[in-house]
Amino acid sequence: MSAILIIEQVLNGLQFGVMLFLMAAGLTLIFGVMGLINLAHGSLYMVGAFAAAAVAGVTGSFVLALAAAMGAAAIAGVLVETLVIRRLYRADHLDQVLATFALILIFSEGTRWAFGSFPLFLDTPSWASGPVTLPGGIEYPKYRLMLIGVGLAVAAGLGLLITRTRIGIQIRAGENDREMIAALGVDISRLYTLVFALGAALAGLAGALVGAIQSVQVGMGEPVLILAFVVIVIGGIGSIKGALIGAILVGLTDTLGGIFLPEVFKLFMAPAGATATGSALASMAIYILMGAVLIWRPTGLFGARP
Amino acid sequence: MIRETWLNAATLTLLVAVPAWALVVDEPFTITLATRAVIFAIAAVGLNIALGLGGLVSLGHAAFFGIGGYAMGILAHHAQTYVPLEIGPLTLAGTKSMPVIWLTAMVTSGLAALLIGMLSLRTAGVYFIMITLAFGQMFYFFAISWPAYGGEDGLSIYVRNGFPGLNTLVPIQFYGLCLGVLLLVLGGMFLLARSPFGLALNAARQAPGRVETVGLNGQRVKLVAFVISGVITGLAGALFADLNRFVAPTMFSWQMSGELIIFIILGGTARLFGPVIGACVFVLLEHLLGGLSEFWLVYLGALLLIVVLFARGGIVGLLSGRRAVHD
Amino acid sequence: MTDPVLRTRGLHKSFGALVATDDVTLDVRAGEIHAVIGPNGAGKSTLIAQICGTLAPDRGTVTLDGEDVTALPARDRARKGLARTFQVSALAMEDTVLQNAVLGALGARGRPWSFLRAATRDRNLRDTAEAALHRVGLIDHAATHAAELSHGQRRQLEVAIALTLAPKVFLMDEPMAGLGADGSKQMTSFLDGLRTEAPILLVEHDMDAVFALADRISVLVSGRVIATGTTAEIRSNRDVRTAYLGEDA
Repeated sequence: MSAILIIEQVLNGLQFGVMLFLMAAGLTLIFGVMGLINLAHGSLYMVGAFAAAAVAGVTGSFVLALAAAMGAAAIAGVLVETLVIRRLYRADHLDQVLATFALILIFSEGTRWAFGSFPLFLDTPSWASGPVTLPGGIEYPKYRLMLIGVGLAVAAGLGLLITRTRIGIQIRAGENDREMIAALGVDISRLYTLVFALGAALAGLAGALVGAIQSVQVGMGEPVLILAFVVIVIGGIGSIKGALIGAILVGLTDTLGGIFLPEVFKLFMAPAGATATGSALASMAIYILMGAVLIWRPTGLFGARP
Repeated sequence: MIRETWLNAATLTLLVAVPAWALVVDEPFTITLATRAVIFAIAAVGLNIALGLGGLVSLGHAAFFGIGGYAMGILAHHAQTYVPLEIGPLTLAGTKSMPVIWLTAMVTSGLAALLIGMLSLRTAGVYFIMITLAFGQMFYFFAISWPAYGGEDGLSIYVRNGFPGLNTLVPIQFYGLCLGVLLLVLGGMFLLARSPFGLALNAARQAPGRVETVGLNGQRVKLVAFVISGVITGLAGALFADLNRFVAPTMFSWQMSGELIIFIILGGTARLFGPVIGACVFVLLEHLLGGLSEFWLVYLGALLLIVVLFARGGIVGLLSGRRAVHD
Repeated sequence: MTDPVLRTRGLHKSFGALVATDDVTLDVRAGEIHAVIGPNGAGKSTLIAQICGTLAPDRGTVTLDGEDVTALPARDRARKGLARTFQVSALAMEDTVLQNAVLGALGARGRPWSFLRAATRDRNLRDTAEAALHRVGLIDHAATHAAELSHGQRRQLEVAIALTLAPKVFLMDEPMAGLGADGSKQMTSFLDGLRTEAPILLVEHDMDAVFALADRISVLVSGRVIATGTTAEIRSNRDVRTAYLGEDA
């Protein structure tokens, strides 16, 4: 096993991680500020991917496709927030789970209705396709490198937004004490819609970016959603920093586990059995990681202690 | 109270009368449909012990449903291929006997519930939901990537497993067996809800601080409830796999977990017959709407939204005209 | 003189820069009602939480009947004979009054692992529960759901649940709150008779009740006990008058 392969896989893990971060950041903000568990966040990811594929198909512009993804997901987010989600803030978690589960059904089947069951394809833009040579002579896809850059840039931007701006102060105040921000004269319902739209736009962006390296299809959002939950459980609810670190941990564990665990098992097992055992265990690796974090810190790495 | 009793009696009557009618007019498909509803009802009654009584919103109960299914699939697979099952130093023969399969399904899903419960109950609320969902998904991916038992394609069983004294290949006999299990489980639920354990569980949901203040360990009570709940859902999984003579990773899917919760909510939480009515209505909708439109899940989604936003208490609550009150 | 039933020594708890309880030392002796009074924000809730075990102190100890229970969780302290009532009623609101009381009896028994027989038909549990309900005057409402009780009746039920535990000491968090004049009077005379059964640590805002009931009073201001003494001593204590009335006025 060469150093080049390892570096390549670390980059793949990082890329997967930062995309998970885009999902997890929105979810954790929505939970932190509004106390809402939103299962339909994966649907917004899907909406973004479909919007991007549709716009790219018509205009041929990847940048326009990304803008469309964020716009469509944000609009879907605002619609959903004002029509349904708003009634759920005071409801118990069970109602939130059911209502947002219902939204998944509506989004998924609605999309199947509109676009059919066959996957769409979104091409990577020509200016970002092909490999790039990194220091040390490692060839790595330019597009994936771009994804890492975009993800980290969004993380930095979110960090600034939360710590340096008026909106950010309101968001943090909202996480600590909902009554207080009302007392400060902040229009809560506008703040909630805004946070929801922001989270939705990030999910849409992730859907479009990932859609270019996988296929765009109904049901693509939910596996990512569940991984984002794992990220939040590990990072701690409400913490952007936790979401970033959790996402990268999960991305690296999943990618490296899938490659290296079968190799590890080959050291003491027959190759066929080792591959089967190794990959089966690798599929469980992030959940084992989650279990370990739970035993160590039930509220996650950066979650508030009760 | 009285109207709810009537509603329960009417449900039971239908559960006997409809398949009997189907037998007379020779509609085996209706019997299969009814069997499906009854098995879903067993799973949902199981989940309701955790969710309705204990307030534990588990979005990962498909894990136990799937484990029950695979317990059947694996044991029957070894029996029909005459290859013994080797677990470490142990060598076991496969089996086509339902009682043995059921016991295996219940023990394994109970162990899984113990493990998942111990980890998940370290947290509460929304964390609990996300964690149970994640552990359910873990089993899903494990089943897909474990090639020995069919991986993504699942396992088929040639002939339905047997039960002493019955010919399970005859649809009505298998239905009767499933209905018997449902009645047993409902009876158990009825007793459990009123027992000292049920009282403590109910109180642990409503006023956790109170339970500790009288010196009881509320978390342990919840864990035991979670295990009992997993055991029953696991048993339903074994029956479901036997109904289809097929088991696949989809039994572990998060949609399955979601549907189990839907059964309970459609019917009404913490009502004895809520999950039964919910499961029957779901199977009926699936059949009727599914026949009308390929996209029937859109309608289900809309219906579910309406129930959640406007009709708290589910169908039982609506028909019996009374808010859910535990007694 | 015998050992006190309940004793705290140097209980200290701070949240960041805020000192919630500052070296609180007090004791509850057999047969007495020891009242803790103090203005809002004096640290009474934090003190209660540390005594009953829902909050761990930074330092200091809690001793129950001679045994150090500082490291034990709330349910173990309950089992060792500490029965608390809540300021904001913590009842199973969907359950009946009888069921709530039976829960207490079940706690006294200690084992909830019985799955078949109805809890309210268990002779022993029911007898204990009904005796407690009878004593607080709620027996006629045994079949009422807790949610339908008046505020005062919920207070009575809180006390009844504590009675089912047959504790060594009661810890009562504002049992008079919101009771009204008649209710307060009734509760006062009830608690008056209870002290011979087990001593009471009474945290209370209602000064009439405190001065009518208490054998001793401790005054908590800004997390510190500024005075402990008989009602007469406290009444005439200058520090108490300035500190307490100064804050309150």
